[in-house]
Amino acid sequence: MADLAGIDWAVAAVLLPLIGAMACFAVPRAAATIGLAAVAVTGAAALALGLQVAAEGALTVPLGGWGAPLGIDLRADGLSVVMLVMTAGVGLLVSLSALGERDARRRRYFWPLWLLLLTGLNGVYLSGDLFNLYVMIEVISIAAIGLTVLRGNLAALKAGLEYLFASMVGAILFLLAVGLVYLNYGRLDLSGLAGIAGAGDAVLAAVLALTLVGMALKTALFPLHYWLPAAHAGATAPASALLSALVVKASLYIVLRLFQYLVAPSEVMVTLIGALGATAMLWGGIQALRAPRLKLLVAWSTVAQVGLIFVAFARAGADGTAESWKAAALIMLAHALAKAAMFLAAGRIKDEVGHDEIARLDRSPIRPTLAQFTFALAAISLIGLPPTAGFAGKWMLMEGAIAAGYWHWVVVTLVGTLLSVAVFSRVLAGFLRFDRVRGPLGEHQGWALADAPPLVLALGALGLGLIAVQVLAFLEIGAPLGGTTGVWP
Amino acid sequence: MTEVVLLPLFILLTSLGVAPLIFALPERAAKLRTAINLTAAAAKVALVAWLSWKVSQGVIYEVQFEMLPGLAFKLQADPLAVLFIALSAVLWLITTVYAVGYLEKGPHRSRFFGFFSLCVAATVGIAMAGNLFTFLIFYELLTLATYPLVIHRGTAEALRAGRIYLIYTLCGGLALLLGTLWLYVMAGTTDFVPRGVMAEVVAETPVQAQLLFLVLIAGLGVKAALVPFHAWLPIAMVAPAPVSALLHAVAVVKAGAFGIMRVVYEVFGIDVAQGLGVTTPLLAFAAVTILYGSVRALMEDDLKKRLAFSTVSQVSYITLGVALASPIAAIGALAHLTHQGLMKITMFLAAGNLAEGLGVKKVSQLDGTGRQMPGTMLAFTLAVLAMIGLPPLAGFVSKWYLASGGLGSGQGWVIALLIGSSLLNALYFLPIVHRAWFRDADGAPAVPGRPRIGWLLTAPPIATATLVVVAGVFANAPFSPLEWTRFIVAREYLEPLP
Repeated sequence: MADLAGIDWAVAAVLLPLIGAMACFAVPRAAATIGLAAVAVTGAAALALGLQVAAEGALTVPLGGWGAPLGIDLRADGLSVVMLVMTAGVGLLVSLSALGERDARRRRYFWPLWLLLLTGLNGVYLSGDLFNLYVMIEVISIAAIGLTVLRGNLAALKAGLEYLFASMVGAILFLLAVGLVYLNYGRLDLSGLAGIAGAGDAVLAAVLALTLVGMALKTALFPLHYWLPAAHAGATAPASALLSALVVKASLYIVLRLFQYLVAPSEVMVTLIGALGATAMLWGGIQALRAPRLKLLVAWSTVAQVGLIFVAFARAGADGTAESWKAAALIMLAHALAKAAMFLAAGRIKDEVGHDEIARLDRSPIRPTLAQFTFALAAISLIGLPPTAGFAGKWMLMEGAIAAGYWHWVVVTLVGTLLSVAVFSRVLAGFLRFDRVRGPLGEHQGWALADAPPLVLALGALGLGLIAVQVLAFLEIGAPLGGTTGVWP
Repeated sequence: MTEVVLLPLFILLTSLGVAPLIFALPERAAKLRTAINLTAAAAKVALVAWLSWKVSQGVIYEVQFEMLPGLAFKLQADPLAVLFIALSAVLWLITTVYAVGYLEKGPHRSRFFGFFSLCVAATVGIAMAGNLFTFLIFYELLTLATYPLVIHRGTAEALRAGRIYLIYTLCGGLALLLGTLWLYVMAGTTDFVPRGVMAEVVAETPVQAQLLFLVLIAGLGVKAALVPFHAWLPIAMVAPAPVSALLHAVAVVKAGAFGIMRVVYEVFGIDVAQGLGVTTPLLAFAAVTILYGSVRALMEDDLKKRLAFSTVSQVSYITLGVALASPIAAIGALAHLTHQGLMKITMFLAAGNLAEGLGVKKVSQLDGTGRQMPGTMLAFTLAVLAMIGLPPLAGFVSKWYLASGGLGSGQGWVIALLIGSSLLNALYFLPIVHRAWFRDADGAPAVPGRPRIGWLLTAPPIATATLVVVAGVFANAPFSPLEWTRFIVAREYLEPLP
């Protein structure tokens, strides 16, 4: 089958970036060109897969012709495709803004690492079995740690080392969980395991607990978030954008899938997850309020947003309603777009002004207007004001909570929203303040091409809210968020 | 008859669409910016005139698309919406002319006019929102678009005022969000339907319905400056004069009052709300606000602050008329929505001229200003007389209908309230007129020399003052605010229950 329809887009989405990564490593001088091309082609593959899934429904691809349980399955349903396309879109725009990097060493290592990361991300979203998930999440970790230390100074190395420890411990816990599953059930494919899940199974409860702690470490859920602010704030702007927008999503995705197919979390576990999520929202918000630097503030806001996503998980777990899963997926999407935009904008502001100390930003006569505007747009989505994607997610979350009578989750969400308003208005007010400026005020700075990628991302977060219905309808293809745990559709 | 065409969308785009254009223009392209602004504003007035004609023929426009499962973004031009859009379209045009003159050579004009357009777009969206969900979207947009205008001067004082403004309005916005969500969960829809959608819910769970009403009114009351949510309004006075004018006449406070109107008439339905027993507390809050605002206005020497407290008091006339639950009072309330806008914008534009031309910011400095700025002060005086309620000016018409409505619904005390408020109005406004015309300036004026303000600043208040006179004298002519109001009230009160 030589025609286009015969290509396995799922396999292409994993292999293309891997080939690209090797090519970048082999020919460092052309790294940027090869890298950008590989990201674009991978994005095209993700889109093609999306069209295929939209037309034919969820797909399962047995690698090498060996199906589960003997071989490895790749599986693409609505949720996988949405995550793939999100990764491709955010990745492409971040890649474009990474073209501006002038430091030769960073340029040389950025592209292979980022393409390796892309391989891992796409692999996670397409995996149909537990061991494959473990391998891919490890690929992600290695690439992400590389990106963290890319700046090469002492602070970056320290942050990278902490991240490495957290990530390794998380991986070991997940591997233990995978081993337990294999020992007890003799298979690792999710489709086979889905039928086994039974209520009150002690082994499965242990598996879930191990996975949750492991993933909480990797995704920085309070109180295991200690490594995140330094790692995300210390990296270069494109690396921060990738780490915050995309990397944390992979572990959140694994939690979402496992809740869905392996075992429904018990009431106690749900309450615990929700409570941790709520605390993360508050703690992340409070720390962001105290953060002295812009990028640190943005990083702490990630801690708060991860908390919000876990609150959405908890809401879904207790009642098993599909609405809340969808809310969680929407918030993940919204956060990816808005956070990437925000980190890139913060990077632009830092480049133009020369520093990113929040208290001194309003003293500078240089005002990168468009980057500030982008920052504001992204903040609107992260706060959850209409009509952004963040709003759509919060709306679905609270609608489900009110309908189920869980008013405490509504209160938590509202308090978190207020806190994020306080956090971002702290920055935004400074953008409009002019009475402390030292030196003559420059004119309208005009447009710079480097402002385009973050602006497009922020507008994407806004526009996604307007087409939330279509996104939600797409999410339902293959019923990945059906709401009944233990049934493989 | 419902006609699905894109006219409402075009009206929205005349301001929402030009905002990015204006943001993108460089600071020095002042002429082009002014041209774009005025063309858009004039186009909007023309489109709104066309819309009013069609709506008066019984056509109702509707544009909608689904945003979230079961929830539509819906624009709908019904008679009530047209009343508010027409007011905002006309006043936007006038204020734009004024702002062009006022900000001449000032910094950040691109930013100012961009947010100014967004602010008007939000107002139009609020007017045309076909359900509470869409209303909420524009309600939040209004908050975000006005914040940079309030802190336009960028000083520490402006930032402090902006912070307070933001805290109040965003908390209000969150309350409204919660209310909208809850309404959606309880009633299954957030649509604005004449005579309301809550009848069943109220019958089943009256206590929750009462709580919902409280949450919604609290959310809207912040922008409508109902006591005790009014404190932001006098502080927000640090904004430039055209912003204050727009904030007090159409944009922010009216958005709140208009929302209260929609919630009472088209979410709950006036009969249902009355049956639920929630109109009486609302009436009490409105009455307290009217008196409190007036008393505080009496105590202020700062001219803009006095005007601000007067707004607190005057806007609650609208809430009062709504809460009286009588069709006649409703006519008064709706007419006042327009009339108060015209009167208050005149006053704020005049106050801006006094500050710009003479450096006069306090009531005690007003001596002899009538001779120095005859046009401006004449407009101011007309607005003052109308506000006190002197026939045949606009304010008299609203008060007359409010009072008759109060009598008709057996609430005679409303007359006492209105007389008391008018008396207070006279007490805090007449000294201004007296100082301006009948006292000589003692000593040198605050800023020496002839006032140097161009016709761009003088003409707008005179134009709005003319409208104040016209709205009162020709109150019975077709397409006057009063006539239009009767048309609306017939719809809200006489339409058969669904």
